[in-house]
Amino acid sequence: MNWVSLHHRIERNAGLLIFGILLVSSIGGMVQLLPIVTGDSHAHPAPGLRPPTALELEGRDLYIRESCGVCHTQQIRPLLAEVKRYGPYSRSGEFAWDRPFLWGSKRTGPDLARIGGRYTDEWHRLHLLDPRSVVPASIMPAYPWLAEHRADRHGTIQARMRTLARLGHPYTDEQIAAAPGALDGRTELDAVIAYLQSLGGSMKGAPQP
Amino acid sequence: MTVRHYEDRVVTAFLYCAVFWALLGMVAGVWVAAELVWPTIDFGIPALSFGRLRTAHTTLVLFGFGVSALIATAIYSVQRTSHVRLFAPGLAWALFWAWQLAIVLGAASILAGWTSAKEYAELEWPFDIAIAVAWVAFAVIFFGTIARRKVEPIYISNWFYGALIIVVAMLHIVNSLALPATLGKSYSLFAGAQDAVVQWWYGHNAVGFLLTGGFLGMLYYFLPKQAEQPIWSYRLSIVAFWAFVYTYIWAGPHHLHYHAVPEWVQSLGMVMSLILLAPSWATMVNGIMTVAGAAKKLRTDPALKFIVLALAFYGLATFEGPMLAIKSVNVFSHFTEWTIGHVHSGALGWNALITFGTFYFLVPRLAGVPLYSTRLANVHFWLALAGTMLYVLAMWGAGVSQGVLWLSLDDLGEVRFSFNDVMAAMQPYYLLRLLAGLAFLAGTVLMAVNLAKTFAGRPTAVAMPPAGRRA
Ligand code: HEC
Ligand code: HEM
Ligand code: HEM
Repeated sequence: MNWVSLHHRIERNAGLLIFGILLVSSIGGMVQLLPIVTGDSHAHPAPGLRPPTALELEGRDLYIRESCGVCHTQQIRPLLAEVKRYGPYSRSGEFAWDRPFLWGSKRTGPDLARIGGRYTDEWHRLHLLDPRSVVPASIMPAYPWLAEHRADRHGTIQARMRTLARLGHPYTDEQIAAAPGALDGRTELDAVIAYLQSLGGSMKGAPQP
Repeated sequence: MTVRHYEDRVVTAFLYCAVFWALLGMVAGVWVAAELVWPTIDFGIPALSFGRLRTAHTTLVLFGFGVSALIATAIYSVQRTSHVRLFAPGLAWALFWAWQLAIVLGAASILAGWTSAKEYAELEWPFDIAIAVAWVAFAVIFFGTIARRKVEPIYISNWFYGALIIVVAMLHIVNSLALPATLGKSYSLFAGAQDAVVQWWYGHNAVGFLLTGGFLGMLYYFLPKQAEQPIWSYRLSIVAFWAFVYTYIWAGPHHLHYHAVPEWVQSLGMVMSLILLAPSWATMVNGIMTVAGAAKKLRTDPALKFIVLALAFYGLATFEGPMLAIKSVNVFSHFTEWTIGHVHSGALGWNALITFGTFYFLVPRLAGVPLYSTRLANVHFWLALAGTMLYVLAMWGAGVSQGVLWLSLDDLGEVRFSFNDVMAAMQPYYLLRLLAGLAFLAGTVLMAVNLAKTFAGRPTAVAMPPAGRRA
């Protein structure tokens, strides 16, 4: 049977067509995805990396809520200019606790993978409330409402930490119990800044390429 | 053969909504484009803030406009190519309402800050479940109609629509796997680098099977119909189809060049992307040769003009894509406006234009009267062409500048330009892109008016009787 007559049968049988598409389209995915996703993503965290604290987690979830990641990447490529500009290139172990990953695909603003410690909290405060007060030509949006809301406005931090614990994050019951207290009196702005300051620290001293 | 036999009211309903979401999605696109020129025009309102509004833009154009247009044309063409009335029209109406409700609530949820942060899959878990259920309904309607067909071979356009339905279901389910924490927040089952590989397997193939494959289904039905020519080579279409389905899936990792994922995945993604040029262009050649016999009609018929121009942009985007997938090119293009230019040469030039052409074909047939104004459609054609060209050229200029300036080192090996200098240099390009968007949007408004006037002019007696009696 040559391929034309084989196709003659496939295109006359909806079941065969569906099966054919499913089969042919899943090969590539299985070869590429299975070896990667079947491993334990927590098995090789970068040295010194720890899961986010309650305040940092709140900040990360706010970074997601505001979709900061459509303008900012968190991925430094192993290119000389990039390492000069942003710091040591990114290693996969640094993202072991990232759910979801926030590497981004567009640099309308600079990479933030190693922003932690580069500026003071006060700089971030001024910058997030009005970027143009510190960088006059900035096209980044202002986020005044972050200062107006208290952190964990809807009281969901424990539910979130428990969900992550179920996915393998080593949060203890004590940490989860203490979470609301850790956020008490903090604003959303404090949380975002805590998150930004936590970024990239674990590999700061890593060798350059 | 009588047209009244078919279930076309649900086609009309999807078509109306596609036009509406196109308008709304493009207004959002124009607005985010303007925010990059005047960053304060979100007026301190969270829902208008760039991050949220940009996500609303992509969701509205891809899932509101794109998917509504695909479902409308799939339902229209599957009945005609199968010579039977739609299977389960009641379910088709349920799908219609469910999908539109999901888009309304989904867009609202994004503006309210619910997002999974996974590109083109931002809607949170309740929507993911609703989409999966709706998609099953789409599959039942579509394959149910095919199962009852009166002609033996399943026509080519239906292979592509079929691949759209099957593969997008697979991608959506795997990439959406997450554990909910609250109603509006879930955490991905995959973490870090694993999550990235899964996401771009999804992201690239959503582009592949929705924006490319689905719209190729549209091409394979409406191009030969409007050109009144048979498909040039049937064998070529078979080879191109299966090569397309096989190869596309491998190409996702070209979104992760030089990222913290294994090197072998990146290289495999690059090689497969280059191979992908062959089936992509095979389809383009098949389309061009099909229309070659209708050169005279091409000069006068707006629907055909749109479809053929779309084919040209399809050729451009599927040539540019493999070039961007080469690692040494991607070093410059990645993270820059070049990607945005590539996206919109596909999204505006290919997806939007072929949909417009198809709507100019469909609406007179659905309404039973000629198009309200051919002149208006011609004006739209030139606005759309100018808008797309200007958009793409501006983003090429911006992207290549960014790519070169960011990586440029001085004699001492230090970076030559600060990030903020390069950012400031983007302003003229952003302004040009805004103008391009306005031109494209203006054209779309003209189309909406033209189509609405055409519908308004239909003889009421034909449109009103229930479908059952007209059969
Ligand atoms: C429109 C795209 C855009 C969005 C959305 C955006 N930013 Fe920015 N961001 C920029 C640009 C452009 C710069 C560079 C100019 C400046 O410093 O303001 C920047 C700079 C920064 C910097 C300083 C980086 C450095 O190395 O100097 C930080 C920190 C930052 N943004 C954090 C955030 C956070 C947090 C969010 C979300 C709440 C956010 N950005 C949303 C565009 C954006
Ligand atoms: C042979 C066909 C194609 C190939 C090989 C291809 C390849 C690529 C590559 C290499 C990128 C850049 C990734 C990066 O650097 O981040 C990209 C981005 C993109 N392409 Fe294509 N492309 C193709 C066709 C198309 C078509 C027809 C469309 C239709 C609209 C399209 C839509 C997109 C989108 C939306 C993105 C942006 C993804 C993101 O958010 O980063 N592509 N493509
Ligand atoms: C009036 C027309 C349009 C304008 C002005 C416009 C504008 C924009 C802008 C400003 C962005 C953000 C770019 C950035 O972050 O740097 C964007 C992203 C995007 N747009 Fe549009 N858009 C338009 C139409 C469309 C249409 C019709 C589609 C799809 C069919 C589309 C698909 C996308 C996609 C997929 C992205 C994300 C690209 C990426 O992440 O790489 N757009 N658009």
